[in-house]
Amino acid sequence: MAKIASLARIDVDEKDLDHMVPEFNNILAWVEQLGEVDTSSVEPMTAVIPQELRLRDDVVDADPLTGGGKRDAILANAPVAEHGFFGVPKVIE
Amino acid sequence: MSNYRIQGATGQWEVVIGLEVHAQVTSKAKLFSSASTEFGAEPNVQVSLIDAAMPGMLPVPNRECIRQAVRTGMAIEAEINKWSRFDRKNYFYADLPQGYQISQLYHPLVGEGQLLIEADEKAGIPEDKVIRIERIHVEQDAGKLMHDQHPTMSYVDLNRTGVALMEIVSRPDMTSPAEAGAYIRKLRSILRYVGSCDGNMEEGSMRADVNVSVRKVGDTELGTRTETKNVNSVRFVMQAIEHEAQRQVDVLEDGGKIVQETRLFDPNTGHTRSMRSKEDAHDYRYFPDPDLLPLALDDAFLEACRESLPELPDAKRARYTGELGLSEYNARELTAEVETFARFETLLAATAKGIGKPEKDVATQVANWSLSVAPGVIKALGDEADVSHATAERQASILDMQAKGEISGGQAKEIFEIVLKTGREPGEIADTEGLKQVSDTGAIEEAIDTIIANNADKVEEYRGGKDKLFGFFVGQTMKAMQGKANPQVVNQILKDKLG
Repeated sequence: MAKIASLARIDVDEKDLDHMVPEFNNILAWVEQLGEVDTSSVEPMTAVIPQELRLRDDVVDADPLTGGGKRDAILANAPVAEHGFFGVPKVIE
Repeated sequence: MSNYRIQGATGQWEVVIGLEVHAQVTSKAKLFSSASTEFGAEPNVQVSLIDAAMPGMLPVPNRECIRQAVRTGMAIEAEINKWSRFDRKNYFYADLPQGYQISQLYHPLVGEGQLLIEADEKAGIPEDKVIRIERIHVEQDAGKLMHDQHPTMSYVDLNRTGVALMEIVSRPDMTSPAEAGAYIRKLRSILRYVGSCDGNMEEGSMRADVNVSVRKVGDTELGTRTETKNVNSVRFVMQAIEHEAQRQVDVLEDGGKIVQETRLFDPNTGHTRSMRSKEDAHDYRYFPDPDLLPLALDDAFLEACRESLPELPDAKRARYTGELGLSEYNARELTAEVETFARFETLLAATAKGIGKPEKDVATQVANWSLSVAPGVIKALGDEADVSHATAERQASILDMQAKGEISGGQAKEIFEIVLKTGREPGEIADTEGLKQVSDTGAIEEAIDTIIANNADKVEEYRGGKDKLFGFFVGQTMKAMQGKANPQVVNQILKDKLG
């Protein structure tokens, strides 16, 4: 439980861990139960209405919303931004 | 089988190598956003709201990136999966604001393929060898962290975040550093022929994760492997394998065990070291990305990809030795790099046209010129050479004059030198600089008559059977003609006159 929480970067209080274990096991058991249904002849459903993945053309900044060149906006919410970079606590291996 | 072995105290060890090559796809925009992929921009200028993982943004794949990965797959004779899907690889690190990398674990775009590495006795590859490629999938690159700009902070540049990568995963089919080096060079060559990656390892367009394990010669089970991450040159890949294999043998010979782990290569020492990551670092909890539908490709798209493929290195090499009659060596040298064969083919076409012969009749002459004569002259001139003067037309015109016997090999070089320095036309240089050999039989005959008259004794000896003296007469004639006589014409006339 503690490992899953740390992988997901969720801070869980030590004392809450114990009662979360049965809750999680319930969920896992339920998913396990779903596995009993024979789906070998069923195509996986990827969307509720039939549709295909759209592709975009290879054009730079085609749409102002999804293009680059907006450093100020990108950095606006950063806790630390210096010289055009995000600043984060030193992470080095 | 390569004969690369490591001698340990208890016997000989062999090495098993697999490579995961990350190749940056050549595209103008990123894989899922329209931000630019250009190298060398100011930090965070080429970052879209998608790349920065702002809430509510949805990725839409770039068709060109998919097309280039498909073409690459076709170039390695791989199965192309018409149905593939994107998955999330979850991890938290400052170079990836999404908290996951969009990749393809379960259903990659490209399946099983292969490439051929050529025999190279000197490098220790005794025969041609097929290296199987397990898959190619498409994924996002991460950003760049700089650790040395601030005492307590790391700086993050997300320009590279979201740029399309192909991860090309080989089977563990290589058994020596030389084979791994040959594999990367061949892969790089194919990528550059296809145009799906510029193959520039210095700029990080291609980097390799190197999987190495060792086992006793004769064992069939694979040993435990380590993965050395992000090695960015052919030489470093070979060094990393050498060092890592030796380290594993040392550990095992001392009775130790190899830990499956991620290691880093240090180019300064040539050594690898453990990244000492936490064990759970590899628990990526992959699942299908709910933001993206499966990628379905139709036959028309695949057909267009196939039709756009150029002649590939192996086919080109075979054509050079077969149709053009070039030597194995010349064919290999000329086909190694895109620029080299492009220059060669342009010059070959121009020369064949100028001389009015089929390409195969002039191919060897043009190959020798392109591979040794021209580079030799350019190198000797150094800074004085302006290679932009060396157009295909000018070089073809030099080769044309040489083929016709108007100039000698030496004169061809001299004329090329002047072309490189000044950009003048070869024909005009030959005329005004006196760089033409005399094929005018009258002048040569006159010179030879004089020599025969002045050397009656030698003529007598020659006719008496002293064949070696022929060289003396050639020498005298060339001297009399100040080295400008066409040697073939001289030989012919001498033979006629000396009888």
